[in-house]
Amino acid sequence: MRHRAVLDVSDLPMHGLEAASPTWWGTFGFMLLEGTGFALVIAIYLYLLSLAPQWPIGAQPPRLGPGTILTVILVISIVPNYWILKWARERDLRKVRVGIVVMSLLGIAPIIPRAFEFPALGISWDSNAYGSILWTMLGLHTTHIVTDVADTLVLAALMFTRHGDNPRRFGDVQDNALYWNFVVLTWLPLYICIYWLPRL
Amino acid sequence: MRSGFKPLLGAVCAFPLSGCIGWQSALSPHGAQSGSLLRLIWLFVVVCAVVWILVIVVLAVALFRRRPIGNEPPLLEPSRESRLNGIIAAATVMTVLVIGTLTLVSFVATRGLDSADENVLTLRMRGFQWWWEITYLDASRPDRIFLSPNEIHVPVGRPVRVRLSADDVIHSFWVPSLAGKKDLIPGRDNAITFTATRPGVYRGQCAEFCGLQHAHMAFLVIAETPQSFEAWRRSQIAEAASPSNDEEKRGQSVFTVKACAACHTVRGTSASGSLGPDLTHVASRRYIASGLLETTRGSLAAWIADPQTLKPGSNMPSVPLSSDELRDVSAYMASLK
Amino acid sequence: MSTSDIAPDARDTALQEKALAERLASLWATPRGILGALSTVDHKIIGRRYIVTAFIFLLLGGVLALAIRIQLARPENRFLGADIYNQVFTVHGSNMMFLFAVPVMEAFGVYLVPLMVGTRNIAFPRLNAFSYWIYLAGGITLWAALALDMGPDIGWFAYVPLSGPQFGAGKRADIWAQMITFTELSALAVAVEIVVTVFKQRAPGMSLDRIPLFVWSMLVTSFLIIMAMPAIMVASTTLILDRLVGTHFYNPAEGGDVLLWQHLFWFFGHPEVYIIFLPAVGMVSSIVTTFARRPIVGYLPLVLALFATGILAFGLWVHHMFVVGLPRVGESFFTASSMAIAVPNGIQIFCWLATLWDGRPQFRTPLLFVVAFIITFVIGGLTGVMVASVPLDTQVHDTYFVVAHFHYVLIGGAVFPLLGAVYYWYPKIVGRMMNERLGRWVVALLFVGFNLTFFPMHILGLIGMPRRVYTYGPEMHWGGLNLFVSLSAVILAVGFVLFFYDAIRSAFSGEIAPENPWGAPTLEWATSSPPPSCNFERIPVVSGSYPLWEEPHALSVATGLRINRRELLVTSISDASPQARESSPRNSIWPFLAAIASTVMLLSSIFSPWAVVWGSVPIAVTLIMWFWPKGTPEDIS
Ligand code: HEA
Ligand code: HEA
Ligand code: HEC
Ligand code: CUA
Ligand SMILES: [Cu+2]
Repeated sequence: MRHRAVLDVSDLPMHGLEAASPTWWGTFGFMLLEGTGFALVIAIYLYLLSLAPQWPIGAQPPRLGPGTILTVILVISIVPNYWILKWARERDLRKVRVGIVVMSLLGIAPIIPRAFEFPALGISWDSNAYGSILWTMLGLHTTHIVTDVADTLVLAALMFTRHGDNPRRFGDVQDNALYWNFVVLTWLPLYICIYWLPRL
Repeated sequence: MRSGFKPLLGAVCAFPLSGCIGWQSALSPHGAQSGSLLRLIWLFVVVCAVVWILVIVVLAVALFRRRPIGNEPPLLEPSRESRLNGIIAAATVMTVLVIGTLTLVSFVATRGLDSADENVLTLRMRGFQWWWEITYLDASRPDRIFLSPNEIHVPVGRPVRVRLSADDVIHSFWVPSLAGKKDLIPGRDNAITFTATRPGVYRGQCAEFCGLQHAHMAFLVIAETPQSFEAWRRSQIAEAASPSNDEEKRGQSVFTVKACAACHTVRGTSASGSLGPDLTHVASRRYIASGLLETTRGSLAAWIADPQTLKPGSNMPSVPLSSDELRDVSAYMASLK
Repeated sequence: MSTSDIAPDARDTALQEKALAERLASLWATPRGILGALSTVDHKIIGRRYIVTAFIFLLLGGVLALAIRIQLARPENRFLGADIYNQVFTVHGSNMMFLFAVPVMEAFGVYLVPLMVGTRNIAFPRLNAFSYWIYLAGGITLWAALALDMGPDIGWFAYVPLSGPQFGAGKRADIWAQMITFTELSALAVAVEIVVTVFKQRAPGMSLDRIPLFVWSMLVTSFLIIMAMPAIMVASTTLILDRLVGTHFYNPAEGGDVLLWQHLFWFFGHPEVYIIFLPAVGMVSSIVTTFARRPIVGYLPLVLALFATGILAFGLWVHHMFVVGLPRVGESFFTASSMAIAVPNGIQIFCWLATLWDGRPQFRTPLLFVVAFIITFVIGGLTGVMVASVPLDTQVHDTYFVVAHFHYVLIGGAVFPLLGAVYYWYPKIVGRMMNERLGRWVVALLFVGFNLTFFPMHILGLIGMPRRVYTYGPEMHWGGLNLFVSLSAVILAVGFVLFFYDAIRSAFSGEIAPENPWGAPTLEWATSSPPPSCNFERIPVVSGSYPLWEEPHALSVATGLRINRRELLVTSISDASPQARESSPRNSIWPFLAAIASTVMLLSSIFSPWAVVWGSVPIAVTLIMWFWPKGTPEDIS
């Protein structure tokens, strides 16, 4: 077919950022599907709760300590996460490098209380359905923390190489920060379900 | 193509009680529930057939009506488009009305299905891989409680409520000639109600896939007059007949000495296992092994000799017996009327 | 011309048509040889592979269907024993749903969506490559298991407790659950790619009201996948946990619940059937437009109907559970919602009828398939309305009536449009036409064979035949109809064989296809058949819904893209105004290796939970290599 040029795009930027970036939307797509997964796990929790004659089944409510510490760390991490989003938008390589190191540490930090959270549940996964769903909720969220931390570490390494100073990498940093917000956000309803619903 | 139903229905109704065609069919109802369900089915069939024919007529005219020739894509005229859109809107409104009515009709039909009745006969039915255990309850007279595997007798005209439960996997109670189905679910209690309106033998079959022998998990419902039902009940409450000749006596002792007694109960003897069907009146039932074989001395022998070939996977093992023992024990079984 | 001759910032305006075509061809090319084949990220090559693989699974599943029909042809037949039969129908159902129907629809999306929206590759092309390999691994797992007599034998919805630790002995149920993980993983990946492709890579000017209906249908389908498939992932994972590490999700004795499985499964399972059906609807819209030679009547209602179906799809799942004894009020609600879905489905039928009515239909094979579709799908839809009624369903649930319903909607509603789509797009994909005369035979045989095979099943169900029985006694009097059904299935199979014959033969000796053999209006027809590796030498710019009808003589295009890297346009979501020139990744072997690593991990985890831990190390390595920048021009910005 004959072509007729009607539009010149040579002045467009060579990479789209945020809403103009496919990866940004891809990240949203994955958040939507994983968010659905979290919602379903919560739905299972509530479903089992509604069937059980008493809740928790055969155990005390989980001890609050480790879970609450983890929640506090996660909520605090939102602040540097917000900064790094801003710095990445400004393409300030030096600050982003600092920020991503901080975020790597803040990503590793919650894994420590998390390790104590499992025993604090006071029930094993194979004791009964209540134990099963609790371990599954924690397990699912832990995989999210771990994968995001791994991602952050790789990105941190990348930011210190020659590939670092590149709008694409700043975009990656933004996507990664968005995803961390998602990891924090999904934890809050899980926290309420695991620790507070049994205390009502 | 829908008209295919009518003659078929006629054929089906012609042999209502032959124990053959129609003994397990939603199209030949013999109960209050299945009767109203069949009326509902016909209503839906007719409505759907009309809708389908309308669609096909419009399709045929759309494809074959005469029109100006030409190949170029036509330009759109707004007035034509809006006329077409109007027709689509009208058809949509019609659709809403039709499905609204159908929803309402089925809601009403659902409410009619379980009528609460004082005079209800309550049974308990448990599904196992792959047989049924039916318990006739009697709240006031515990001595009148008895088990009747794979066969239910009910008095005509009296509502029967079957309480359903399962211990292994999910099964489903279904006697199409009398009522719709209801699942038996581990950890949950269900119930279904039906009323047989005519005497007859109706077949039911497990309708939920439950493993290897799901295909061989049938049972019978025998609807009879209240008098013969009472007679049957009395005979079932009674203990097992005692052996009347040497062969049966030997058979009884084989049965109680060998593994059989570990799984089966024969009331009045020392056999009191509960892993398999109660055999106190096994020969009074029309089929053994959940509809697999008609009960005869020969089929009993064949079954006992090799259940795993007749019904692979069945939970009854092949118990090693000499041919004499086999002959005796099947004679004994055949005597348990 | 070698790369070094080109200035790094050279634009496509610098070259003449022919030189530009050559330059782009070498830039986007898939190298020859095994390594090239394993590392390609071209959506057309991957889409083609997906399509061919899915059709092979159709053939295999069809062979199992024939085995079923042989076994059921006579009462007390001994062709297959109980154990084999149960494996056969389970694998038939699982294969048809998870390995054929869903993937084949996505495959068409992978191939066509980028072309129809006028872009050069799908979004996240490497993920796309990965998804294909994962899908293939899942398919091989299932069929290898069947060949080793380890095939799942629990039905395609694997109800617990039958599939649970206590009753599902061996690894059969695990194989089923893990096959689910494979196919859902690949489906989810493709869904995200399609959403982003449609959102961000549409040709400049393709505002929301100009998106082709097939693309809309793929978009809605992708959202259905994203929202529904997590449910089956959660379900199959919890099932594996119950079986492998002793959790109690489905164990009523320890606070679990048997019906939880059914809720989770059908929360996915019902949308699943629309995941299969909606792309087919999009195919019908494309075919009707082209062969009625008229813009579709009711574009907006059709789009809204897609969305309405998509949303309602999440409110129907309980209609598969009408006899489990849920509260009556709840059941009635699900009757109402199930019936309500007849409204959007009706609207679509009405729009197509109106288009055909007002257009000038050309009776080519694709349109004949659409006619066959309308006739059969409406029957299936109406029996759907019947089973949506709670009291009525108590009679026909789990009988051959339901088997008839779902084959009418699956084959009549999805496979007929799909085959029409094959005849329609084959020239674009292969560059040759399929045979019109054979095509008519295929339609006729399939239509007649199908109805003769499946219509009697309605009656079988009503006269008491439950589904999933490996045999039945002569005293049931089902033998006659079953024999008739089985013989008719032969006609159906002949139709399929003829179809496969035509498809294979035409690839070698079909008439060479021009760019736009049908005079169709959408962008995929604006490039050569088959399209060059970059799809379009210049990215099209559209100013209407039917670009090739509105401007039949010249294609409006954009200029100014670079020619030293794979480049395409990113546009805004609603009005598709250009936002950036974005690069598209090069070929890479790492998606393939990542798929291998994932396969090893998933398969070993059937045997030991620790496999998840050590198995994720190689996955992490391959993923890092996949994403690590290689310093190619694509990385510049
Ligand atoms: C492509 C797949 C597909 C499609 C499109 C549908 C469409 C529909 N299905 Fe079906 N269904 C399946 C695939 C599909 N189904 C499968 C695979 C199963 C079985 C799973 C298993 O158990 O293995 C199943 C089972 C199934 C059940 C459970 C039955 C049971 O197990 O007992 C129900 C119950 O409500 C149901 C209902 C419907 C309804 C109401 C529609 C509606 O969407 C239909 C709407 C369409 C129309 C109504 C026709 C067009 C409309 C008009 C011409 C307008 C005029 C109409 C009226 C006035 C009514 N389906
Ligand atoms: C899209 C999905 C799809 C498709 C296309 C089909 C196609 C067919 N199905 Fe399928 N079916 C299902 C989905 C599908 N089915 C599902 C989900 C179930 C439920 C499973 C369950 O209960 O768990 C089911 C169950 C099911 C049953 C019920 C089994 C039971 O409950 O016991 C039956 C019975 O007749 C059946 C028959 C057929 C037939 C005859 C075809 C025919 O259309 C097949 C046509 C034939 C071919 C495509 C073969 C052509 C090839 C050849 C002739 C071979 C040539 C040889 C070589 C070249 C080597 N199907
Ligand atoms: C391990 C348990 C077990 C043992 C031992 C056993 N049975 Fe059974 N039996 C069963 C089960 C379970 C069934 C139901 C099988 C079915 O229908 O699938 C059954 C069914 C039967 C039936 C058919 C009953 C009916 O109404 O359908 C007869 C008769 C029978 N057994 C006799 C015997 C005899 C005689 C022996 C000893 C030689 C024996 N059984 C040993 C478990 C056992
Ligand atoms: Cu019990 Cu099927
Ligand atoms: Cu459904």
